[in-house]
Amino acid sequence: MAGLITMDDLSNDEIQSILNDAERLLPVAEGKIYLPLLQGKILGNLFFEPSTRTRMSFETAMKRLGGDVVNLGDVKTSSVVKGETLFDTIQMVDGYTDIIAMRHPRQGAAQYAQDAARVPILNGGDGAGHHPTQTMLDLFTIKQAHGRLDGLKVVLAGDLRYGRTVHSLSHALTRFGCELIFASPKLLRMPAEIVEDLSAHGANVVETEDLLSSLADADVVYMTRIQKERFADEDEYTKVAGAYKLHASNLEGTKEDMIIMHPLPRVDEIHPSVDKTRHARYFEQAFNGVVARMALLCRLLGVTVPEDIPSAGGEF
Amino acid sequence: MSQEHNMRRVTAIRNGTVIDHIPSGQAMRVLEMLNMNKTTSVPVSMVMNVPSKKMGTKDIIKVEDRELTQDELNRLALVAPEAHVAIIRAYSVAEKMTIQIGEEVTNVVRCTFSNCITTNPREPLAHRLRVMGREPLVLRCHYCGRPQDLEKLIGNLL
Repeated sequence: MAGLITMDDLSNDEIQSILNDAERLLPVAEGKIYLPLLQGKILGNLFFEPSTRTRMSFETAMKRLGGDVVNLGDVKTSSVVKGETLFDTIQMVDGYTDIIAMRHPRQGAAQYAQDAARVPILNGGDGAGHHPTQTMLDLFTIKQAHGRLDGLKVVLAGDLRYGRTVHSLSHALTRFGCELIFASPKLLRMPAEIVEDLSAHGANVVETEDLLSSLADADVVYMTRIQKERFADEDEYTKVAGAYKLHASNLEGTKEDMIIMHPLPRVDEIHPSVDKTRHARYFEQAFNGVVARMALLCRLLGVTVPEDIPSAGGEF
Repeated sequence: MSQEHNMRRVTAIRNGTVIDHIPSGQAMRVLEMLNMNKTTSVPVSMVMNVPSKKMGTKDIIKVEDRELTQDELNRLALVAPEAHVAIIRAYSVAEKMTIQIGEEVTNVVRCTFSNCITTNPREPLAHRLRVMGREPLVLRCHYCGRPQDLEKLIGNLL
């Protein structure tokens, strides 16, 4: 296997198998046991635009497995500011590391880097393109809650136009036969080419502007942040963003086991009153970034995750 | 009007290439795509909007003393996918070629999406568009995955 650029790089069986690996690695991610599967391996973290969770969880994942990490550091002080091409940067880091995690503001940068590199590239977000490692942790979170991925009813809400997490996730959910409801303001609708792709793959997609009436029989509600800078004027933003906010009081009458997810950071779209409800899963979801990325690092580096990992307190 | 009459509109060439069945009005673009609009020094004749049984009307180009290669011809897939080409030697057709659209259109045009990684002219890797459909031609950038508007693509010739 080369890198992970889009979810098309993984078959459904591979997704399930990586999620099973992740499940077994949970005690390692929690720091309860030390399992140096990646000792002697080096991850290159190339984040050309800001990232908190993705960058930190890659670093944590590598270190929990005994590996090491080198960072590009601040783009403003790296050779990128001197005008170095992505191609040249990749040639250099390719020589220093065994695997690269990358985020870049330009769409297609991850595929470009993979074509330029010998080591596997993990796409940590390319412009408004894809974010497949986020999708893997999202799928892990959904499977943890529902015990399965197939046939669920999933509401994706907020900024579906620029939100790369929802682009990758909707592709993956379609492949597992989920029913998708896209709830967004008109301006931030899912790009037409993605809806076309999903439909061509037999997706059952409904597009709506009404989030609240979509909640009743949902199994998963995936919220995203609506960014003020997408709107020409602030009044329009305030009006639109207001319709895509969840408060605990909105959750009455929803399914008992419905979960609310968010790639974070959130601003106002999920009121803190939701945090204490049984539905909130966004903080677990953020933690799952470590375990999902541990499983991906092992898979892409060709390291088998043992079937039998002792649970916390076991002999090791 | 007969085929011979069309051909007689421009004189027969001794050696070179005849590109026939170009959609009406696209001849200038064909020359552009072959980089023959400015840099060529060989004689080029062109007729536009002549009657065609198959196409209604069509354009024809004759290039003297130069034989187009299959790679050059394949560049025309974007504007004249049905074009027929004859290589002429000593006033006779020596070879016939048609455009072959492969899996990819490589280094012909640049992706039209403004935020694609390939918009940086200093990035050295090939410009690659994947062929998703042939009739009509549907192309997507290999890197950013965006579908391409063919009209806009012509403006992005390399």
